Amino acid sequence: MTEQTTRLVLPSHIEAVADGAVAATYFIQSCGVGEEAAFGIDVAVREAITNAMVHGNKEDEAKTVELTLNCLGRELEIEVRDQGEGFDPTSIPDPTDPANILKTSGRGIFLMRTFMDEVQWSMRPEGGTTVRMTKKF
Amino acid sequence: MAELNIRERQAGDITVLDMDGRITIGEGSVALRSAIRRLLEEGKKNILLNLAGVGYIDSSGIGELVSSYTAIKNQEGQLKLLSLTEKLRDLLTITKLLTVFDAYETEADALSSFK
Repeated sequence: MTEQTTRLVLPSHIEAVADGAVAATYFIQSCGVGEEAAFGIDVAVREAITNAMVHGNKEDEAKTVELTLNCLGRELEIEVRDQGEGFDPTSIPDPTDPANILKTSGRGIFLMRTFMDEVQWSMRPEGGTTVRMTKKF
Repeated sequence: MAELNIRERQAGDITVLDMDGRITIGEGSVALRSAIRRLLEEGKKNILLNLAGVGYIDSSGIGELVSSYTAIKNQEGQLKLLSLTEKLRDLLTITKLLTVFDAYETEADALSSFK
């Protein structure tokens, strides 16, 4: 069973979301992920990085976002770490509920949960939030 | 090259925006917002977004579509979508927004739906 890992540290500005996503795309391809699953993973990675930069680090360019991609056999594990104050993911309402359908935000986490098998958030003792996502392919 | 290029044309009293690129947080979302705001200021309230050239949209871009829809509706106008790519259609289906937006495969069908 082969294992690959790559790690990227991104500045907290919006233009860097694409840099992280491009790196993730190359990594996913090298792991042999099929096109359909790769699209969903790409969506989830972009949303996780965006959340980390915007909601976690509040676009403070002094703070970074760390993206770690790990491929073990037929499972992909992705971690996105920010240096922000954290949030409660259960506080995000269901954006597909008719009461929320015309809200202009709140769909990022929904998309991450839709396309990945598992999505978990944890607060680190030293500060910052880590979101860990896994996907079997 | 800009993240999102928008070309504007008129079909009677309907404004068609031919979009090419990505509607994502930052430049792409801002370009869409600016275009819709300007059209509403010009009194153009029937707007068809041709998304044939849009290969990707993120949650921010989806939010911008919703914001555009609401802003136009509030001015008694209509926003409709044309030529969704497969990926866009998937994302709008997953988020249940195809229950909100009118989306068409052909421009003729889309234009006639405004009447």
